[in-house]
Amino acid sequence: MEAAADVENLKATELRLGLPGTEEEEVAPPPSTPRAGSKRALAAGEEAKKPVAAAPPAAKAQVVGWPPVRSYRKSCFQASTKSKAAAAPPPQQEEAAAGGLFVKVSMDGAPYLRKIDLKMYKGYRELREALEAMFLCFSGGAVDGAAAFNPSDFAVTYEDKDGDLMLVGDVPFEMFISTCKRLRIMKGSEARGLGGATGVN
Amino acid sequence: MRDAEEGSESPPSQMSGDGPGGSGGESESDRWMPDLRGGNGGGGGGGRWAPPDQVLENVLESVLEFLTAARDRNAASLVCRSWYRAEAQTRRELFIGNCYAVSPRRAVERFGGVRDVVLKGKPRFADFSLVPYGWGAYVSPWVAALGPAYPRLERICLKRMTVSNDDLALIAKSFPLFKELSLVCCEGFSTHGLAAIAEWCRYLRVLDLIEDYIDEEDELVDWISKFPESNTSLESLVFDCVSVPFNFEALEALVARSPALRRLRVNHHVPVEQLRSLMAKAPQLTHLGTGAFRSEPGPGGVLSVSELATSFAASRLLCLSGFRDVNPEYLPAIHPVCVNLTSLNFSFASLTAEELIPVIRNCARLRTFWVLDTVGDEGLRAVAETCSDLRELRVFPLNATEDSEGSVSDVGLQAISEGCHKLELILYFCQRMTNAAVIAMSKNCPDLVTFRLCIMGRHRPDRITGEPMDDGFGAIVMNCKKLTRLSVSGLLTDKAFAYIGKYGKLIKTLSVAFAGNTDMSLQFVFEGCTRLQKLEVRDSPFSDKGLLSGLSYFYNMRFLWMNSCKLTMRGCRDVAQQMPDLVVEVMKDHPDDEGEMETVDKLYLYRSLAGPRNDAPPFVNIL
Repeated sequence: MEAAADVENLKATELRLGLPGTEEEEVAPPPSTPRAGSKRALAAGEEAKKPVAAAPPAAKAQVVGWPPVRSYRKSCFQASTKSKAAAAPPPQQEEAAAGGLFVKVSMDGAPYLRKIDLKMYKGYRELREALEAMFLCFSGGAVDGAAAFNPSDFAVTYEDKDGDLMLVGDVPFEMFISTCKRLRIMKGSEARGLGGATGVN
Repeated sequence: MRDAEEGSESPPSQMSGDGPGGSGGESESDRWMPDLRGGNGGGGGGGRWAPPDQVLENVLESVLEFLTAARDRNAASLVCRSWYRAEAQTRRELFIGNCYAVSPRRAVERFGGVRDVVLKGKPRFADFSLVPYGWGAYVSPWVAALGPAYPRLERICLKRMTVSNDDLALIAKSFPLFKELSLVCCEGFSTHGLAAIAEWCRYLRVLDLIEDYIDEEDELVDWISKFPESNTSLESLVFDCVSVPFNFEALEALVARSPALRRLRVNHHVPVEQLRSLMAKAPQLTHLGTGAFRSEPGPGGVLSVSELATSFAASRLLCLSGFRDVNPEYLPAIHPVCVNLTSLNFSFASLTAEELIPVIRNCARLRTFWVLDTVGDEGLRAVAETCSDLRELRVFPLNATEDSEGSVSDVGLQAISEGCHKLELILYFCQRMTNAAVIAMSKNCPDLVTFRLCIMGRHRPDRITGEPMDDGFGAIVMNCKKLTRLSVSGLLTDKAFAYIGKYGKLIKTLSVAFAGNTDMSLQFVFEGCTRLQKLEVRDSPFSDKGLLSGLSYFYNMRFLWMNSCKLTMRGCRDVAQQMPDLVVEVMKDHPDDEGEMETVDKLYLYRSLAGPRNDAPPFVNIL
């Protein structure tokens, strides 16, 4: 009984944002919150313990392998949509990618997508610089015009062969090129912390 | 994959316990204490018993040749030592449902005259990225053992195994009479390995590559050119999953010199112009995988729909698939064959109802139909109205995410149940479902053997009543008396599992995801489903207590898989300690992360004569 009263008092004196009298709802953790040991809120600029492609806290988390559709099937649809967009190579050709490795690049909030040739870049640094140059006009200009492309506000992710969303920079560049199907630049709250902390070299 | 009966490697009596079939008819002689673990008595066993009458044994062998089903053979092998030996010499097909259940050495020691091997590796949830890369299921030790033991081997079928190019080369060189290779959901090889098979297997009849992951890192090899230059014995060539470009001229030439070819499934690099050419060279084809089914004009210009239709009209096709990048304008070209079609796979073609209906209205004899949910309930209604002979229906989602729009629902399921009374197998992905529709199907389709319903939103209830889906699945197990395979989804309480345990007496395979309230669910299943062989569970609130309720049943099962439930190391260790003939593998998602109670992310346990495997990667902990 006393303990309950103590808790009540504690709550009354608790400093919270919001007007007195308003009750803040408990935010239920999303289904796939990282478990106890590795749970650390990724605040802006804070170094993550290890490079983690964790689900953004507020968005609906994707569950691995659900719905249960084989990766083979998922990847077939990616292949077919890609060949609709770009010209299909003549079937007799033995070389898989004679003309370059073009992938789409999308950026959250940008009105249109771009395409880049992954074979043009020798490493992650060059790729990153190219992306920055390409999307500079879309980066945070709305607020005060002088906003530079702040790395910690962006995360560069890609979709691999299996359709999974992966953080760019984890695997050797050659391996990345061979499995990357499209790029997506995430910005804002989803990306905060991930952008600055990647092992981009 | 052929569905052969399980159990060829379960040793008699000791492990089966009181399962159905019991201890078999043991010999009346009490002197004889079977020690069948030592392998063939005919070999190095040493003469502990008087050798049986050789004439009788020969007669026995001749009779046993007529037994083909593994189940019958297993029973025969239990009768007495003489029968055991005779059966072991006459078994032609070796079916091993779990490659880690027995060692290759032991298998070849027991069986002397095998011509046909079926091997299955990874647990099925590996298809959904739940088994980490590098887990195992290597075929290498098997090929190494089978080579010397069975020089007359003709057929190898592998499912979910890791197969390297070296393995394929070794297969190609070890078996001079080799005839059939079937790789389903395998990975680890590239066109190099295929070239070895094509080049060295001169009598090859079947090369079926189904949903394999072909390594594209290697440089491409023109494997199609490696087939023998003379007429080949090819009957089936399926390579739609080999998604890299290939030498089309070589394929044309190969098809032209393969008079026995009945099945041909090409990859998506083949446009209709090339398809037509292939069809002209192989008018005897009955199964065709149509590639992209869109135009890519060559020197002859764009192929017209009517020209393509002429090709189909001249064919004897019964099964069509492919349509990987279909241009719907070409669909009418298949109308001439629709009336004869028994199997149609549109599951890679994003068709609307309007595009489907004119085609399906002609397919009155269809028995197997695979389709994408883009055709909607309306498309399914048309199927129901026309295909009264349908036995198998699979409806796949275009957008395999939880919150996608979803175009098929309970309405489509209900329609199918009303039109297709002979349905035996259904796989249905949807976003919305009702108990009423599932109950209707249970009553209208009493012949169902496989019922797999995937309501893609987790924990989603009946869309009209808001109730759990317990009653729907309950009706399925109650009314479908032949049901052997069940996959459940949607909001489900322990009640659903009580039904399953009570009525699902023939169920061999059960897949559970995001379901149940308490450990009682597991207990109901273990205690009730007496024929249960394979249980795969994910993300359900089952703890060690539920796991332990299965102790006395695990030896009757091929395997149990559980991931993201509430298991701890202690519970898993308990099982491992009490069941010496089980291999208990546990895996953690984050190896550095100890957690409070040493929670277990993934559990895979299976009965085995081979003991803990020695090829387990670091992230697998065998208890």
